Amino acid sequence: MALLVVIAIEIARLKDLFAVVMLIGIYGLVSASFFVVMDAVDVAFTEASVGAGISTLLMLVVISLTQRSEHPVRHRPFGALLVVMLTGGMLIYGTLDMPYVGAGDAPIHIHIAPRYLNDSMQEVGVANVVTAVLASYRAFDTFGELVVIFTAGVGVSALLMTVGRRGDKKPAVAINDSMHKQQLILRIVSKMMLPFIMLFAFYVQFHGDYGPGGGFQAGVIFAAAIILYTLLFGLTSARRVINQTVSQLVAAFGVLLYGSVGLVSLLNGGNFLDYNVLASNPIGGQHLGILLIELGVGITVASVMITIFFNFAGRKELQKSTSENKGT
Amino acid sequence: MLMGLFNYWIVVVLMMIGLYIVIAHGNLIKKIVGLTIFQTSVFIFYISMAKVDGGTAPILMANVSQYANPLPHVLILTAIVVGIATTALALALTIRIKEAYNSIEEESIQQQNKKQASVRDELDPRNDPY
Repeated sequence: MALLVVIAIEIARLKDLFAVVMLIGIYGLVSASFFVVMDAVDVAFTEASVGAGISTLLMLVVISLTQRSEHPVRHRPFGALLVVMLTGGMLIYGTLDMPYVGAGDAPIHIHIAPRYLNDSMQEVGVANVVTAVLASYRAFDTFGELVVIFTAGVGVSALLMTVGRRGDKKPAVAINDSMHKQQLILRIVSKMMLPFIMLFAFYVQFHGDYGPGGGFQAGVIFAAAIILYTLLFGLTSARRVINQTVSQLVAAFGVLLYGSVGLVSLLNGGNFLDYNVLASNPIGGQHLGILLIELGVGITVASVMITIFFNFAGRKELQKSTSENKGT
Repeated sequence: MLMGLFNYWIVVVLMMIGLYIVIAHGNLIKKIVGLTIFQTSVFIFYISMAKVDGGTAPILMANVSQYANPLPHVLILTAIVVGIATTALALALTIRIKEAYNSIEEESIQQQNKKQASVRDELDPRNDPY
């Protein structure tokens, strides 16, 4: 825990943005291990793949697109410090009334959690309670969150879209090719690892009912595999493997799949996203429903992450090619 | 016995560091990093609340009766993924700002805006004194 604070302070001090981004990756990993200590295995899983993996990568791409060091001038540091100290003091004063960490009789553990823990086995029949709550009890919330992710993907595409622009025909030739030819060991080792990463993503996807895992984590891991491939073999060859337009369509398909499960349960006489009516017996219906919507989540998350990364990387190649055109 | 609140204090400290970065730094990427730290501190807050002493991860097993609270886990799990999606959107905006202003420092962007505004005022016929 104290380690987190040290890293955060260092992030605040450093001006070299590259070091800052590396530290944010470490920060993500440390907080993931903290989540394991706190018994939140699913969350730790997600944080490790998102916080330490994808977000670090995206930020790296962005600082390579913009600039590496920070302008030294800070405005009003003392005013800011004052505001921060005041707010922090009040928040700490507020925590004095909180129940201690780990107290079993805290209000949060009394109201609805016992129902989830005691009855979800009969009602949903899934060992991992987090999955049961995520995909069944609160499926409507999850649907909303999935739509938020999808919208963010659409937004990034709208801001940075490079595919289909004029002048894209003359291939934004794999500029980094020479660099990629050099990293022989990296390329071969990661080539061997890629299938296992993908296999692991599928395991996480379909085993989410029984152990930690589920659509969100699997989607992120799958996207990480594709991004690794892109990093090592260049954007052009990665686009040949996964077409960007297709991946955008697939993202929409995931949301659609999720929504259709809800609609089908409506048509079968239940409530929206009420899986009990999907199969002949409620537990079977729950299993089917959870499987389908986790699949929808996984598909959308993976393809949105891939789309975002392709957009960022494509922007970089565009920038390079235009600056080269100017140079000649 | 106040050590039971230690986690919450760390959360507050982290949150304040994030807030300080957002207020005091002019660099847009640094601001986004600050927001990420702020966000993570909220995650830690929720997960700390979900912890039950002597409990285990909320995956049902025979001969275990004490589990951590699953609800905060669900909320935070989705929040993390939504968080990265929105961060990506913010980064995309940063790239566009860089392309438009050739800078990601708040001050130089504001200066350019002011300059443009004054030019516009001069061109505006209503502001013509003659």
